Amino acid sequence: MSSHPRLPLSRRHMIRGLLAASAFGATSQLWTGCSSKPTSEAEATDSSAASSDAPLVIGMLYVGPKDDYGWNQAHAEGAAGIMKLPGIKVVEEANVPETTAAAETMRSMIVQDGATVLFPTSFGYFDPYILELAKEFPEVQFLHCGTLFEEGKHPNNVGSYFGFIDEAYYVAGIVAAHASKTGQMGFVMAKPIPRIVRTLNSWMLGARSVNPAATTQLIVTGAWSDPVKEAEAVNSMADQGIDVITCNVDNAKVVMETAEKRGIYCSGNGVNQSAVAPKGYLTGAEWDWTGVYTSYATMIQEGKTLMNGGIPHLYLGGLSDNFVKLSPYGEPVSEAAKAEAEQAKAGLMDGSLVVYKGEIKDNTGATVIPAGTEYKPGNPELEKMDWLVEGVNGTITS
Amino acid sequence: MTPDSLGWWGIPLAILGGLLRGSVPFLFVSLGECLTEKSGKINLGLEGSLLLGAVTGYALSFHSGSPWVGVLGAGGAGLGLGAIHAWLVQQRRVNDISVGIAMMIFGGGLANYLGKPYIQPIAPQLPALHWGDWSDLPAVQSALRVSPLLLIGIAIAVSLQWFFKATRWGLIVRAVGESPTAAKAMGFSVARTQTACIMVGAGMAGIAGAYLSLYFPGSWNENISSGQGLLAVALVIFARWNPIQCLWAALLFGGTQGLGPALQSVGIEGYYYVFNAMPYLLTLVIMVATCSPVRSSVGAPASLGQPRPDA
Repeated sequence: MSSHPRLPLSRRHMIRGLLAASAFGATSQLWTGCSSKPTSEAEATDSSAASSDAPLVIGMLYVGPKDDYGWNQAHAEGAAGIMKLPGIKVVEEANVPETTAAAETMRSMIVQDGATVLFPTSFGYFDPYILELAKEFPEVQFLHCGTLFEEGKHPNNVGSYFGFIDEAYYVAGIVAAHASKTGQMGFVMAKPIPRIVRTLNSWMLGARSVNPAATTQLIVTGAWSDPVKEAEAVNSMADQGIDVITCNVDNAKVVMETAEKRGIYCSGNGVNQSAVAPKGYLTGAEWDWTGVYTSYATMIQEGKTLMNGGIPHLYLGGLSDNFVKLSPYGEPVSEAAKAEAEQAKAGLMDGSLVVYKGEIKDNTGATVIPAGTEYKPGNPELEKMDWLVEGVNGTITS
Repeated sequence: MTPDSLGWWGIPLAILGGLLRGSVPFLFVSLGECLTEKSGKINLGLEGSLLLGAVTGYALSFHSGSPWVGVLGAGGAGLGLGAIHAWLVQQRRVNDISVGIAMMIFGGGLANYLGKPYIQPIAPQLPALHWGDWSDLPAVQSALRVSPLLLIGIAIAVSLQWFFKATRWGLIVRAVGESPTAAKAMGFSVARTQTACIMVGAGMAGIAGAYLSLYFPGSWNENISSGQGLLAVALVIFARWNPIQCLWAALLFGGTQGLGPALQSVGIEGYYYVFNAMPYLLTLVIMVATCSPVRSSVGAPASLGQPRPDA
């Protein structure tokens, strides 16, 4: 028992070391994505529309990293778009979990950075964090990305904005049906919630407008991001003769890459992923938040607020309002497909084309939208979608 | 059904493809953990090494243009994390499990931090051996595309078995794991043996990470591992600390990963959450089936996870 340790460290040293190591690891989530500092100083051009001399401070919150090649990146690009505008200062924080951390981030943006407009971009920030802070800071405007605002139930300084990305999926479905030789397409879905099921149904309706015999196989992975399962889903669909794949998951990169490796076509989601699949990328349904944030910034600079009724509490839009857009057509897209897609796009933009127009049957044969009924994009019925349209192979009932 | 479509044949093919594609990370991590645990130490932090390896491999492959440089770098990153773990657990009365959890969070956090700029770029991928080219079916060709890393992994499993059974060094590792006091009395350095085993084990986890980011699924993002590093640690327990059984267990787990999507693609749609839970369910069943009231786990090295006593 005479062997002495070469490094005679006391227990206290070790505990200290361990604590330091864990603290480093635990906080790494916080300091990696955090850029609470103003990312863009407002250029002092007072001659612009900015009425007051103090810049308008806008706070952005993201649930994940700003460069996730999907949802958060789309918002961060939107924020980058308004940073350039005169009289506007943007403060942002990434990797904010949907917990009290969100409330603390918003509070510090308001108190320390002087933010008067907040864009918390993740679904789960709304209840209770936004609702509670909105009561505490009635002069601050909370604009939440989603469709959760209800008149009379929620504070007057809270608003919702969201885009009908399913319109872009409809057009992408048209392009896909043109490209598919087997008439079999595939859809990798993260979670079967109405907002996402709607993108699948619109895709299918777009495809069936071209090829009434087309089918779409649905595979649900059950997680917002699970790269292994997403890749396996694409592989097993490719084995079944499916030759066009799209998805609605947090980060579509793996789906696109795997489809490209299998030599089949793919259609993107969220942002433009054509660089990942140069041969097979047809088009994609993209968010375009720059336009949305710019409109908000302009309205606010003009003195309009949610409280004085100048800004609508529910601000929704699709292709025509620049909420969503399509990726530029890829090389394999034929001229005929382009023409038909452009025609549908024009129809959706001027309102002459309604995606959800009866009679529509679900994939069990039951009529879900009777003949003569049509649901325009903002219709609350569409927010409850729990059926899969005819032609989709799959179920979402739990 | 089109001629390209395989229908129900798709399921066995998906399982085969899934186990050839998906088992490599499990195999490398579980072999690494097997080596570590044979020396009497537990490294729960292999998930951290896996993630750091994934990002290092991807980044090096992207900058150097050679995926094999990435694999080597990933192994090096694992060795580095393993060295920290090994140094910490050699201190007196330090618990392996808590150090492992700290290292897991540290490795994951560091990987996410370093990985920010590599989410979008596309790095050169590891080549595959095309064993399915005799077939006209693209599905068969794709399923039988085998990564050289799988073959290396199998070779490591076999040689590790031989190493433990028939070599002097293997016996030293086992002696250290069974009874550190006896090993010390025989004149072997317990600390040095354990350090080497932990570092090599973590290095293998790093290579597993490079496989994830450079072969399948072949991309870097923060959720790339989806907990495979942790699962592989549990896999060692039910492989009974036997490298060859680690191989079978890894193949089994890889195969079940492809099962859920494959069943959905032929029309068995319900219960996908159950299919997705299969690997975890399997772990639980085997843990329950092999537990014993007498010993914590049959086949475990006797001194496993015991902190270094006060000298």
